[in-house]
Formats: sequence, C-alpha cells, structure tokens
Amino acid sequence: MALKLPHKDVAIIGLGWTGSILANELTDAGLDVVAIERGPWRDTATDFPISYAQDELRYRIRHEMFLRNSQMSVTFRNNTSQTALPVRTWGAFMLGNGVGGAGMHWNAEFWRFLPSDFILKSHLTQRYGASFLPTDMTIQDWGITWDDIEPHYDAFEYLCGTSGAAGNLGGKIQDGGNPFEGSRSRPYPTPAMKQGFGHALFAEGAKKLGYKPFPQPSGNLSQSYTNPLGVTLGQCTYCGFCEWFGCANYSKASPQTTILPVLLRKSNFEGRTDCEVTRINVDNTGKRATGVTYVDTSGAEFEQPADLVILCAFSLFNVQLLLLSGIGVAYDPQTGEGHIGRNFTHQTVSGGLGFFDKDKYNFNPFVAAGAIGMCIDEFNGDNFDHTSVGFVGGGYIGQVQTNGRPIECTAVPPGTPAWGSKWKQALKDNYLSTINVGAACHASMYSYRDNYLSLDPTYKDRFGRPLIRLTIDFHDNELKMSKFLTDKYTEILKAMGAKQTVTHPRKAPYDVTEYQTSHLNGGAIMGDNPGNSALNRYLQSWDVPNLFVMGASAFPQNAGYNPTGTVGALAYWSAAAIRSQYLKNPGPLVHA
Amino acid sequence: MRAAIVKGGIPWKPGAGDPPEVVRPGGWKYFTPQEAKTVEAFVDRLIPADELSPGGKDCGCAVFIDRQLAGPYGRFEGYYMAGPFQKGTKEQGPQSPETPAQTYRKALAAFDNACRTKYPGKTFVELADDQKDEAIKGLEDGSLKLDGSDGQEFFKLILKNTQNGFLADPIYGGNKEGASWKMIGFPGTHYDYRDWIDKHNQKVMLPVVGINFHPNWTQ
Repeated sequence: MALKLPHKDVAIIGLGWTGSILANELTDAGLDVVAIERGPWRDTATDFPISYAQDELRYRIRHEMFLRNSQMSVTFRNNTSQTALPVRTWGAFMLGNGVGGAGMHWNAEFWRFLPSDFILKSHLTQRYGASFLPTDMTIQDWGITWDDIEPHYDAFEYLCGTSGAAGNLGGKIQDGGNPFEGSRSRPYPTPAMKQGFGHALFAEGAKKLGYKPFPQPSGNLSQSYTNPLGVTLGQCTYCGFCEWFGCANYSKASPQTTILPVLLRKSNFEGRTDCEVTRINVDNTGKRATGVTYVDTSGAEFEQPADLVILCAFSLFNVQLLLLSGIGVAYDPQTGEGHIGRNFTHQTVSGGLGFFDKDKYNFNPFVAAGAIGMCIDEFNGDNFDHTSVGFVGGGYIGQVQTNGRPIECTAVPPGTPAWGSKWKQALKDNYLSTINVGAACHASMYSYRDNYLSLDPTYKDRFGRPLIRLTIDFHDNELKMSKFLTDKYTEILKAMGAKQTVTHPRKAPYDVTEYQTSHLNGGAIMGDNPGNSALNRYLQSWDVPNLFVMGASAFPQNAGYNPTGTVGALAYWSAAAIRSQYLKNPGPLVHA
Repeated sequence: MRAAIVKGGIPWKPGAGDPPEVVRPGGWKYFTPQEAKTVEAFVDRLIPADELSPGGKDCGCAVFIDRQLAGPYGRFEGYYMAGPFQKGTKEQGPQSPETPAQTYRKALAAFDNACRTKYPGKTFVELADDQKDEAIKGLEDGSLKLDGSDGQEFFKLILKNTQNGFLADPIYGGNKEGASWKMIGFPGTHYDYRDWIDKHNQKVMLPVVGINFHPNWTQ
C-alpha cells in the first residue's frame, strides 16, 4: 500500500535537462515543485572530479555514468516477424541516469533544426509532390513554426553559453557561420571554439570542393561565461574526455553547470533521488492525472499527488510510462491506429577513417572536445535539390573527432593482424595521423509505419513491469541517403590529403550492438490535432490535459542534427505556454 | 545509493568521492595459479615484447584481466540478466547467461586440453613461441576447437580484455608506466591542452601521466 504524501503543485518525473528547465521555470512562477529522479544525485566534485575524471575504462568501456541495464533495459527486434530480445548491455545507444541525465555525459553538440524541418511534410509535398515520398513513410508537421521556436532556441543557448559562429543573423548571411541555418535573433553567446589540426584541415578540404565549412556549435565553452541565472561556466581545456564523461572543469553545459545551483536553493523546490516513478495516476475519468506513484531504494511505495504532472524521462521511458499508465491509445502498426509508440526514429550516422602519411601529418587527436569540429551543411535537410537523388532528408558532414582516447581511437588499416608485433607497429604508425570519426555524416531518420515502440510481452524490469520494445530497421530512403553523404565525406577526406580512406555507409539491418548515437526519438509525438499525435503543439497530452511530456519523444521524425538543442528549446516553449496560458486557465491549450 | 531528498542547496559531504582502486601486482584474485600462467603466456603473445614496448605479461595485462574478472565486470554486474535466454540475430547481441569469469574458467581448461591433444602432452605455456602463435591462430580462425566452449568467441574476449588493459590508464594494472601510451604518442591525462590547440601539426612535448602516475612522483 503506497504511503500518500502531501500534495504538490507540480510533480516532475526525471531531473535531466528538461526536468531541470521545467522545474526552474515553474518554481519561478511560484509553484511548489517536486522532481522525482530514479538515479542518484551526481555532481562534479564527487562523481567526476579533476583527479580521476579522465578514465576511459571506467566511464566509456564499463559505462559508469549510464543507466544500468539491470535497473532498466529495453528489448529490440528489426521487425514484427522476430522475437524481441533484451539489450543485455548498451551498444547502439547509451542512456543516461541520475540527476543531470544524459545532459551530463553528452558531447554538447548544440544544433538548431532547420525551419523546414518543423513543417517537413508540407514542405516536401509542396516542393516535390506527395508521390515523391515512400508510401510507408509517416512524416508530418510538428504543429509549430520557426518563429514559434526561435526565441526558445535562443533562451537555451544563452542558458548554456553556447559557442559558435552565427550564419544567419536576422536574415543576413554571416561569413564563417552556417549559411543554411534559420534566421537567428542574436549571435551565439560566446565565440566558436578553437579547432585542432584535423578539424582545420577538413575546412580546407571542404573549401577546395566549394563548400562553406563552419565551426560546430558547442556547449563546451570557448571562454568562461555567466548565464542569465548567474551561474558561471569555465573555459574548455580541450582535454579530450567529454562525451561519456562528466566534465570536471565546469566547461560543458549540463543541468549541474547551468541550472541546478540556482534551482536547489529555492524553497519551493525539492528533488528526490534514487526514487523511480512506476506510474502516472489518473482519476476514474481517465482525463485527469492525480499524481505519480514511485518506489524508493528500500522498496517502499509512495503516492505523490499533484495538480500538474510533467514527464521528463528519456524518450523511450516517457513512452513506456505512458503505456504502463494507460494514457492514450497504444499504436497498432497493422491498422495504423493509436499514437503512443508511433513514429519511433533514431539517427542515420556513418563515417570512417582517413589514414594520412605519418611523416607529414600529426593530428594530436587527444587535443579535442566533445563538440569541437568543422562541418558543412550543404547536404542537410532540404538544403539541396532532391529531385534526382532518389531520397529525402540529409545531414551535416564534419570532422568532429572528439578525442584520441587510446582504447577507442587506435584504428589500424585493413589487413593489419589483430595482435602481435605487426599490430603494435600499426598502432604506433597510425595513432597520431588518422582521422577517426564514427558519425562524420550525421543524418536524418524519417518515420515509417513499421518502426514503433510497444510494451514487451516477455521481458520485465525489476518491478515486474514490461520493458519497452523497439521495433526498428533502416529503410531504403535512409540507406540511399547514407551512401550519398558518405561518398561526399570520402571525397573531402581525399581533398584533405588522406592516403587511404575506409568509410562505411550505414547498412541494414539496424544493429543494436554497435554505437550509433543516443538520439532516440518519437513515440509520443506532437502535432496539430489529436488524430495525428499524442501531444498538442505545447507538448500537452491530448488525452490528459494536466500532463505535459517533454523530450525527443515529441519529435514526429528526426532531422539531420543532434537533438538536444531542440529538446531544450521545446522545453522552454512548453514552459512558456504553461506559465502564460495554462496556469491562468488549467485545461486544454488547443481545442480539438 | 540510497533514496535521498535534495533541497536547500547543492548537497555536499566530505569524502563522498569514489576514486578508482589502484591495482598492484602480486597474487591472483580470480585465476588459479595454472590459469594465471596460461593467461600470462597468452597475453605475452598478443602483445609480444619488442623494441616498441615490454610484453603483455610485464605490462601487467594478466593482472589486469584477473582483477577485472574478480570485480563487477567478471560478474556482468549491471547487465540485464533476466531470462528467458534465447539465441537471437547477430544484430540483437549476445544472449548468454554466462559471465566473463565463467567463460575464462571453462575456456582456459578446454584450451589446455586442446593444446595437449594437438601438441602431445604439452599445455599452452610449455609450447615454443611459434607453436603458441599457431595455437592462438587456431582459436582465432576457428580451426582449434574447444570442448564445451566457443573458441573463437573466447579469443575475441581475451583479445579485447588484453588490449583494453594495455591501453587503459596504468592505475588498472595492465599498462605499466604508460608503456602503450608512450608507444603510440598519447601523453595521458593532462586535463589541459589549451596551450596545444593552436599548435597544429606539432608534436606535443609533455611527459606521459596517468591518474596516479607521473614521472616526477615517487612511490
């Protein structure tokens, strides 16, 4: 029997990026907020201090920061004819855990999507005609436009101190930035990062081929910065232990380095750590959330009543919790009906190796950062004419090598023995003179009728709840796109002077064992009417209006950029609607 | 970790850090003496001593593997280990209830037996170097079968573990004095390369350091 706790105005599930943003915004509005986080409290001084943060074995190979699969995993299959099996240890993606969530161990590659990405279906249909799209592709518009979201991208960038070079300031194209980006209201808060030799060489190679390279927007800061909340971040030291790691130097934007020091001092905020929400409770009409039920580490069960519930877990677990709580209708791929679990997507990444003459090139790959790099955007989204290429979508291409950590970054040319003295010699001969980027082509994955999330019929978590089941494979559209982009990347590597290139376009079937990215999206998507989405344009549940669902689960399909910039912007967009509209008149913000 | 309430400021208490334990050679925490000899001989062929570095045994790779198998990794702690276990596609990943510690125990015994059959009466450690290499190649290409174990999978496991130990921070026991880092030109965990980010195509002239290793520190 759950112990019923005193009422709160707001219960937030998960204290990562979106939970921290919503908690800060809603406490500012005077509400009494509790955030319930299933992982531990984590902070720089205790969990990744400068004296031992740079530990590849512990954090990268043994997954110290990540959600333990024994606490919660997922099951996976390529299609409905297979039996889904559990992911025993993370491979294709690495999921966060604890306060800060994935915002602690991310690279901090800080992108905005393109204006056309938000109106994708309309845009592509208008430009190419409806028959240009594959028949089983289920892309749709988001229900918001560039003008809606731009101020909130700006807010998130200024919270984090994002380092970059503007490419389009108020409609005027700027030299040195991304000329394809949507019009921005302000420059980046801090200048672009410095670049290493390999990154700079990519820019030279790209220019030779007629492209317009620009520095990747970065949440690893080029200089110290004090954000609007008064929290100061330090300058990045290019230490090369960034993604998979916590930053010991307070120079990577994370909830810990931007919001939590302020949030935790507020008397109307409380966080509960190592407490796992097991369901969202709804009343007998099914139309109103009454709060959440959670279990602490002693196994004791608590009921936390609240007027407003904000679901801020990772995308997959948002969908799992909606399904477990019976909120909305589960998606059925046979009939296409139901919305919870629909339009599940990942990212289409590809890349490879460029081997250079060791007597002429020394890249010092260990002098780097999680979001360093030079990129081109000529082949992202609909920045180029797709009429003759046979696919839609695209991605950025870049030299975004983040590190020279020895276990991960000791690639050797094909044909080298896997062990022995020849292997050692090849390591020595190539370590400093190889460009090694797994996601050099970082591209979209559009949604399809048969890629979806559902509850697994067999495998359970430690409480006996069904795991979320991933049914996903790559489709021809994305495979053609990956070949196209990878060929372009290979041309740039050659223009840089590589003596040998080994690049790999993404291939089917989708493989859950090898790292791709941790950008999993969809399953509780936003849209302009309850017939095509789980959430309205403000991320409010169509079914339960006092429930809002943050995160990349709201993406109707994925664009060719890293998602966190958009996840943060959507959180600010939703928080603004809650503050300015919902609190005055609680109820549906969009009438169906 | 225990459930906690955080409020009123950033939680802090002294001694809350969790630094890694320093691995020191001496004794075996998981391997039997015979297993340890076999693994020492094995890692010394995977990473032979030559002008580039000391061999795998002297670098401590067998000690590294022993300590890893005696710890959380050896038990697959943190893995999803609930059944049912059933074989799936390659893309679904390994689906075995067997832990690395169990795999080593079974496979090392079977490997010695396979060597005794192929090289009458001799265990792996008693073979000449070229025979050792031949036996390892047999595991690698699948021609040397192990009774009750998958030899190719075991080869992949011990190769991965050995190379991880050789390339990991010296604190874990398999990369003595940063031998592999010196070999490839990785200066280690300096934490601050701001002085080097602009120095394109120049060799970084810094001593190799690790979490508890610095040439100026004395024991």
